Amino acid sequence: MLLIDCPCCGVSGEETEFAPGGEAHIVRFGPGSSDAEFSSYLFDRKNPRGVHFERWRHAFGCGKWFHMARSTQTLEVFGVYKADVTTPPQDILDRVEAAKAEGRVK
Amino acid sequence: MSEVDMSLARPLLEGVSDTGAGGLKLSVQPLRGMVTLRADLSEASVAAAVKAAVGSDMPGVRKATDTALWMSPDELMLLMPYGEAADAVAVLTEKLSGVHHLAVDVSDARTLFRLEGSAAREVLAKGAPVDLARDKFAVGDLRRTRISHVAAAFWQSGDGPDVFEILCFRSYAKYLWEWLEESSREGSMPGVL
Repeated sequence: MLLIDCPCCGVSGEETEFAPGGEAHIVRFGPGSSDAEFSSYLFDRKNPRGVHFERWRHAFGCGKWFHMARSTQTLEVFGVYKADVTTPPQDILDRVEAAKAEGRVK
Repeated sequence: MSEVDMSLARPLLEGVSDTGAGGLKLSVQPLRGMVTLRADLSEASVAAAVKAAVGSDMPGVRKATDTALWMSPDELMLLMPYGEAADAVAVLTEKLSGVHHLAVDVSDARTLFRLEGSAAREVLAKGAPVDLARDKFAVGDLRRTRISHVAAAFWQSGDGPDVFEILCFRSYAKYLWEWLEESSREGSMPGVL
């Protein structure tokens, strides 16, 4: 069970109040791109055993989308951040690195 | 051409159930006028428009007043007598002209229940992932969440001790009614809240 703090409304809720939205920070390849790039954009997704950056929605609550970094291995949540960014904020990356250094995640 | 009457103008369910544990009473509330307002809630003009429309101060985050419910960071649900929603929309539209907003009469979209009794928070805690301990959820606190499998919002009313108002989509009302009745049964309370 994941415990998630919604960065939009501040609720500290449990997983069933939220809906997962898949991998985050996917770069779009549109018109003019190669078939391989477009295919990769549409279908290729990471499936790591460890740190994963994901999109989530507070589906039963405020309804807003946001980003979350978590470990698929231990369900540790490294942090949540706003939806309108293309890369994770530095403090969350630092927390991920610290967890790696301590051997908690790969 | 005749006007199409979209108003359902009657509660989907009627009745009171008071067979539950600890004097629990579950009732379907009479129809209320409801207006959903989306706007930047930090703007003074929005607060003034809400005051003009329903006489309420701007509710804080996850708070409810008698006539205004906080639904999300940019959304309020305003309550008024049934049939006065169009007037409230007109007031909001006038006061917020030039301000980015959306105000819509949604009076017939939802059903309002009231659950009262000392075990009411135990019933809600069976279905909602919310900390309902007395010191964590008090009068004026609101949560928009799920109850069992359906989207709902509930808040603690100031009308008396342990009075909760529950709002859910009309299409789920029968399910939620049956769920609340079942969850209120005598002898089914964990007795921890």
